[in-house]
Amino acid sequence: MRFTPLIAGMIASLALSTAAQARDQISIVGSSTVYPFSTIAAEKFGQSSGFKTPVIEATGTGGGMKLFCKGIGVEYPDVTNASRAIKSKEAKMCADAGVAFQEFIVGNDGIAFANSLKGQHFEISIAHVAAALAAELPFQADGASDATPNQLKTWADVDAYTAKRIGGDLAGLPNIPVSIMVPPPTSGTRDAMGELFMKHGWKKLGLDGSGYKKLREDGAAIEVGENDSLIIEKLVADQNMFGVFGYSFFDQNRDKVQAALLDGVELNFENVASYKYPAARPLFFYVKKAHVGVIPGLKEFINEFVSEKAMGLDGYLFPAGLVPLSEDGFAKQVVARDAL
Amino acid sequence: MNNPIEMIQPDAETQARFEKIAQGLKKRHAASRRLKTYGIMAIVTAISFLAILLTTIISNGYTAIQQTELQITLTIPAEKLQYDDGAIDPVKARNFNWNGLIKKAFLAEFPDVTAMLDQRALGEILSKNAGYDLRRLIEAKGSIPVGETKVWIKTSDDVDMLMKGRLDRNLDEAQRRLSNQQIGWIDSLVADDRIRLVFNDTFFTAADSREPESAGVLGATVGSVMALFVTVLLALPVAVMAAVYLEYFAPPGRVTDFIEVNINNLAAVPSIVFGLLGLAVFLGFFGMPRSAPLVGGMVLALMTLPTIIIATRASIRAVPTSIRDAALGLGASRMQAAIDHILPLAAPGILTGTIIGIAQALGETAPLIMIGMVAFIVDVPATLTDPATALPVQIYIWSDSAERAFYERSSLAIMVLLTFLITMNISAVLLRRKFEKKW
Repeated sequence: MRFTPLIAGMIASLALSTAAQARDQISIVGSSTVYPFSTIAAEKFGQSSGFKTPVIEATGTGGGMKLFCKGIGVEYPDVTNASRAIKSKEAKMCADAGVAFQEFIVGNDGIAFANSLKGQHFEISIAHVAAALAAELPFQADGASDATPNQLKTWADVDAYTAKRIGGDLAGLPNIPVSIMVPPPTSGTRDAMGELFMKHGWKKLGLDGSGYKKLREDGAAIEVGENDSLIIEKLVADQNMFGVFGYSFFDQNRDKVQAALLDGVELNFENVASYKYPAARPLFFYVKKAHVGVIPGLKEFINEFVSEKAMGLDGYLFPAGLVPLSEDGFAKQVVARDAL
Repeated sequence: MNNPIEMIQPDAETQARFEKIAQGLKKRHAASRRLKTYGIMAIVTAISFLAILLTTIISNGYTAIQQTELQITLTIPAEKLQYDDGAIDPVKARNFNWNGLIKKAFLAEFPDVTAMLDQRALGEILSKNAGYDLRRLIEAKGSIPVGETKVWIKTSDDVDMLMKGRLDRNLDEAQRRLSNQQIGWIDSLVADDRIRLVFNDTFFTAADSREPESAGVLGATVGSVMALFVTVLLALPVAVMAAVYLEYFAPPGRVTDFIEVNINNLAAVPSIVFGLLGLAVFLGFFGMPRSAPLVGGMVLALMTLPTIIIATRASIRAVPTSIRDAALGLGASRMQAAIDHILPLAAPGILTGTIIGIAQALGETAPLIMIGMVAFIVDVPATLTDPATALPVQIYIWSDSAERAFYERSSLAIMVLLTFLITMNISAVLLRRKFEKKW
């Protein structure tokens, strides 16, 4: 029968898959902000160690945590990258599956609030950003109680509103519509933005409560996927638009976009390292303890990643836009690495 | 005989009718001319969109076919790399600081650059993988050249962009990836004929890399071929058997109608759903490895099944019933009639359907996200269970990378993908032409 060899082939390939259960390659998932650094370290590791190069997926911080905390075994990833610290809900998920992990800080990152170089350079406060993005804002100057849907259509409106709430002069924002591209909810950058822009900006506006958590849905805040190149392209095409993304992307595209001066602080390497920049944040990765020593090369990979030659000021991650840790901060990572 | 209309003298009523028809005819001709114009306009629009698309891709990507290289004179210390008998020791070669060797040799050519920051800026002209490239070159050669040798080393992606005119040197220095000082050095190297543009063979012989100059499509191409191999292996026999059953054996009735409706529905299901299914069933339940082309092929097989079933049924139906009746009449069993007589005649149609289905599968990324094939993978896969990506995935990953040089490479990768697709579609047409039978 002419189908017999095909069927035999099918069975053989299925058998092959069940035979190849052991994994000799490190599997990494998680944040797309940490992805560029993680991949560089992985490639160096693959070139110099003799082990296979780790496989890295950019699933977003939330998606990565979900996969990571599912359990122990070769079918689950060994490392997850995160552009924010693990949430208590996720830690519980990990604990329920018996997953013990070690947290490492890769370095620092600053969230850029940027527009096209052809547009006006903004010098604003994070309060402006929060006022431009919040779904609901109280419009009476006195009360925080009666919030109404955000009606600030233009940056001039935002300017007037913010000046009224926090006092002080106008920032001189132009009369152009508010249009901001924000990362999707699965992204750690979105979580960090919620904390650093929205929560802190909300406080600056003299508001309390959790109204900052909801972003407006009237078209002023545009959710885009985890594709940062696309944001840059859109910013170049429309100079009235703003985008929110990590420092490394800003650094690579300085010839196309400019970052707003936030609270009088420029987005640059020094200000992120010193945390003077209001939207500076650490980047993390988490290692599954039970996999160290089981997955070949995992320990060696951590040694490669958490090292002066990778993460340091002279390290190879620096040109890619990673802002290195302070000396104390780095020393702590080394202690954690050696204890693994 | 003459024309009967001429012979009979028409009365007034008929005459009026003739005129009415003549008038209507004019209108009808005008309408059909209009329809023809609309048709031509539609085709011109479609073709011009296609032309715009292709021009954009080609103008963005054609420069990636070349790579900038820089000539360096250096001496490789053989004693640090060899066993006593002169063969290269792989462990020593791996641990040797190749990058340091190249950088030192390069810096030595600029004796007046002494400040540390300047030296670092000078070093940025070289590819970050230059050391690795040199090591592999030496290892492939099997021997270490004695004394001073001239080697061509890849430059960094920024220099590559400058040489290809994709970095605007008129921009403000702060907004450029290369400083005035660096551009000055590069210009002096160009004047010395020590920078050249050569064919970018790395692009066709390497897998993914974080450095654009070391990145290639081979890994993704092999991944795609492996996944599609599995797809054909699974989808073709299952689909053909399903189609034969539905056409010849299934009793007409509600159950058969229900199956038929669902096959058509399945063809319209968004492909990401098949990815979710793959994640839940193949990875979750069967515990198959993540990122493997085997699983990718299985998911894509599910996706192409309905396409092939529908094509197969259509081509089986196109075979005249007389052939089947004759076979049955001569005493063949239904299975013999189907397999020995109908299927060979329907084969060209089945083949065409399969190729079109596979071409569709080749362009898919969505179902592969869920099963982990959208990943950074540096090693070219060797078996069906090795981690791998696919061509469209590679394009997606590069287009999302910050480095400008990846932009042109993703356009070139699109051209590679299009070449595969066009080849497959043309072969489908040719095969159909060659084997098609007309009754």
